[in-house]
Amino acid sequence: MTAALAPPQDEAQSELQALKRAARARRVRFLSRAWPLLAILSALVLAALFAPWIAPNDPLRQNLMGRLQAPGSEVRGVLYLLGSDELGRDLLSRVIHGARVSLLVAISSVLLSGVVGTTLGMIAGYLRGWPERIIMRLTDVFLSIPAILLAIIAVAVLGPGLVNVVLVLALTRWPRYARVAYAQTLALSNAPYVRLSRFMGGGTVHILLRHILPNIMGALIVVATLEFGLMVLFEASLSFLGLGVQPPTPSWGAMLAAGRDYVATAWWISVFPGFCLFLLVLAMNLLGDLLRDHFDPRLR
Amino acid sequence: MTRYLLRKLGEATLVMFGVLTLIFFIQRLTGDPTFLLLPETATQADIEAMRHALGFDRPLMVQYLSFLADLVRFDLGRSVIQNLPVTDIIGSRLPYTLMLAGGALAVSCLIGIPLGVVMALNHGTTFATVLSSLVVAAQSLPTFWSGIILILIFAVSLGWLPPSSAGGFSHLVLPSIALGLLSMATFARVTRTAILDELSKEYVRTARARGVGMGRLVTRHLARNASIPLITVAALEVSNLLAGAVVVETVFAWPGLGQLTMQSIVSRDFMVVQGVVLLGAFVTVVLNVMADILYSIVDPRITLSARPS
Repeated sequence: MTAALAPPQDEAQSELQALKRAARARRVRFLSRAWPLLAILSALVLAALFAPWIAPNDPLRQNLMGRLQAPGSEVRGVLYLLGSDELGRDLLSRVIHGARVSLLVAISSVLLSGVVGTTLGMIAGYLRGWPERIIMRLTDVFLSIPAILLAIIAVAVLGPGLVNVVLVLALTRWPRYARVAYAQTLALSNAPYVRLSRFMGGGTVHILLRHILPNIMGALIVVATLEFGLMVLFEASLSFLGLGVQPPTPSWGAMLAAGRDYVATAWWISVFPGFCLFLLVLAMNLLGDLLRDHFDPRLR
Repeated sequence: MTRYLLRKLGEATLVMFGVLTLIFFIQRLTGDPTFLLLPETATQADIEAMRHALGFDRPLMVQYLSFLADLVRFDLGRSVIQNLPVTDIIGSRLPYTLMLAGGALAVSCLIGIPLGVVMALNHGTTFATVLSSLVVAAQSLPTFWSGIILILIFAVSLGWLPPSSAGGFSHLVLPSIALGLLSMATFARVTRTAILDELSKEYVRTARARGVGMGRLVTRHLARNASIPLITVAALEVSNLLAGAVVVETVFAWPGLGQLTMQSIVSRDFMVVQGVVLLGAFVTVVLNVMADILYSIVDPRITLSARPS
């Protein structure tokens, strides 16, 4: 019976081989275009991980004799490669340490909002009925409040700080993942293999995790990459406004806020941290575009 | 058509109601908003007095209902610091933010739309790839950084434009560019996709075969059809611009709603912060409905089926 329905063994085999070859070709194509971006991102991640060992100076040590020194100047044997800030702290060391806050906040908030949003979106798309109505209505509500305003009011209530910023960013951004997970799950929930699994007694959790999640992962990764850049910008904006990570912890956004007051006399304070911020967000956004091509070439 | 409008309005009302509820409960996350309004040095007696004066000692449900009742009457409460109705304070700052958002919208449309057309017409060439990388770069610029760089170049080094605060038209230029660059990317992308979609259609090939030039084709035929997605995007971008104004206004010391929000957070004038957030959400909801309505006017097929996204 089964033998009659299944295609001949070797034909299926060669079809599988062709699919594998196509997948490998796509992977090679993706890597050949993405490697400069991956290099930039790895450099920033390494800088963040090994900041205490790479940074030439203590990012918190103030030196009133060495205030607002131009890049490349040397004061009492301390070389300020990128200059010093208004308190005489070494800008290069602060920029390196600043990568830690940006990456930590972005990674945690993307993970948190991604997990929450995906779970809710899949539940809405698979169960339908009242969970769908409640969850999707909630995403409408959250997306109607401009994200940065929602984040500002929530931080103003909870108080600033690293953990609160992550919580607030997750609170404002989960609907993005929920929408994507919902639409994708809805499309898949009647796919033959999902119906088969249900027919054979697969539970909801089993079907969602084993059959649906792996198939919607590509779309979610693309969203997460683009959201990552946005989270970096949001954290920097909140820190710039004084609502993010509190001083003296080095954060690129907060450094820019301090640099704004010295823009006429010490341009380097705002230019270098801003450039790192720009580089990180740009690399993530370009990577997101490439990933979209990779996972779904039809979109182009 | 009427049924479609009524359904959209009903949905929007429901969403707005959800937004109000969400904002009300966010403020109660830490228990009692009295602490948000008082300086940290306030005594217990001060706190009790304030709590009673503002009605925060009432049951939560009663507070919620009176919050909704006030909003229905367009009463956003009183600023504790300035002792003025919040609506008056917001009203005095709103024109500045609208000016800034208008300037930014002009910048983003004037650069973004032609850029998108050029990208679409040169689709597949290196030139288009370079342009699209530039667009992504503009989208990745933190507004507070591009703002500072603009000040550095055009105000500090060249001295062409004033660095900050409000004044004549020249004061509006730099903040509009800083804010507009972000939305410019969105306009360029949407225009590009819309034009590419249109270019692949039959009537374009027919027109080309008849000898219609590319310039005439774009202005006479493509513009109207490609404007459909642009309308929706424009509506959504306006609310983004209003939100982005918070940061840009801080950079340029521009006396609009964004600066007001930040000043109110620092001085713990929470009623004002709440007012601005409610206004932002209200504007977003209204713009969304307007986009839906405009959409159905430009393309009457929409009301018959679901809106393509």
